[in-house]
Amino acid sequence: MVIHCEDVWREVSNYLDGDVDPSLRQALEEHVKGCKHCTAVLDGTRNVVRLYGDERFVELPAGFSQRLKLKLESQAGAGRPGPGIGWSAWTMAAAAAIILAGGLWISRAANPSVPQQSALAKPGTDIPPDLLVAVSGSSRVFHVPECGLIHGKKDLKTMKAQEAIHQGLVPCVECLHQYLSRMQRRTRQWKAVDVSGLDRSELEKVLPNSEAEEPRAPVVRE
Amino acid sequence: MGGAQAEFHNSGPAAGEEESQLIARVQAGHTDLFYELVRPYQRRVYAAALAILRNDADAEDVAQDALLKALAHIRQFRAEARFSTWLIQIAVNEALMFRRRRRTVVMESIEGRDDEEKGYAPRDFADWREIPSEALERKEVRQRLTEALSRLDRKYREVFVLRDVERLNIQETAQTLGISAGSVKTRLLRARLMLRDLLAAGWEQGWYSRAPFEKGNNPW
Repeated sequence: MVIHCEDVWREVSNYLDGDVDPSLRQALEEHVKGCKHCTAVLDGTRNVVRLYGDERFVELPAGFSQRLKLKLESQAGAGRPGPGIGWSAWTMAAAAAIILAGGLWISRAANPSVPQQSALAKPGTDIPPDLLVAVSGSSRVFHVPECGLIHGKKDLKTMKAQEAIHQGLVPCVECLHQYLSRMQRRTRQWKAVDVSGLDRSELEKVLPNSEAEEPRAPVVRE
Repeated sequence: MGGAQAEFHNSGPAAGEEESQLIARVQAGHTDLFYELVRPYQRRVYAAALAILRNDADAEDVAQDALLKALAHIRQFRAEARFSTWLIQIAVNEALMFRRRRRTVVMESIEGRDDEEKGYAPRDFADWREIPSEALERKEVRQRLTEALSRLDRKYREVFVLRDVERLNIQETAQTLGISAGSVKTRLLRARLMLRDLLAAGWEQGWYSRAPFEKGNNPW
């Protein structure tokens, strides 16, 4: 079978996909061996397929997974709960992140150059920079995701507190104040407790479920 | 020479059996396991949305909505299809609907506007050696690839991304985009050759070459 350069260019994609019959494959390979241009075309096309097929080509935006978890959690909360034990891996991770954030108090992170919505609005201070907060639509106020004022809003976006503050958004006086107060108490009370392997009655002994206002109190479902 | 598709590997999902069990548990109501199930596919779902929308923020919103939709309809998933393909098809549909809703006027490149049935002759014969995959750890290399991809006409870019980035097979790509398998092959050939041309030109000018002041590569 006689092969010309145009035949190689027409079949190079099928060849790389292993989608040519054996006789054509052999003829293509023989032609390419003696043709500098077709070697360049084949090598380059193979590089293209390899590079774009590598998982490192597309990077997920920073925080993508965290935001997805939050939305999934929110959706699960809105729908019926799943059966079985309530401690999923990422719920644990989210709880750990909140506790960790509670220990990382930072001071004054506001950007005073960005105009506030109201003269009464105060910039966010003493808010953990990595705390995930929610913003509804074009609102200039950010909330903790459990805030009743944003419950059911469909156009919610999440971001880190430091980003919200940098954008000139101001904290919800209702939920952020309560959240920070709770976290201060929790940080004082918190002791590291290994809950792995504990059953429900044992968990109830070690978890602070007597505090009605405890944020996101762990729930063990039957 | 050898088939390129078989030469590279993505970090894949959980092994088939394990994934099937996970799917069955989520379908049975253990929705708290859903993130674990889709975690290996987040990047691919985002990449599919990005290929269509070409905007990071829109792609993230659409990708996350697609995954939420997948959770809401998890019971409709049937084991005959690959779970990854099912997710990507949802993401593509969501992205196409988003684009329609937005009625966005997207400035498309003139690349590839000619008749796709006509043969495509390579324009550049720069000699490419094999580029190690480690090159992708460099931001400028990823940027270069992204820029080249964004210059393709939409119909070529979408086929290329589903086939070579998402690694759907020809039939799955055709089904997802609602075109024939023949059109997928024709567009894929042209997309690959155009990308090679776009990148080969830069190759000669050293876009891939090492930074000039790296150790052992001094310019003097």
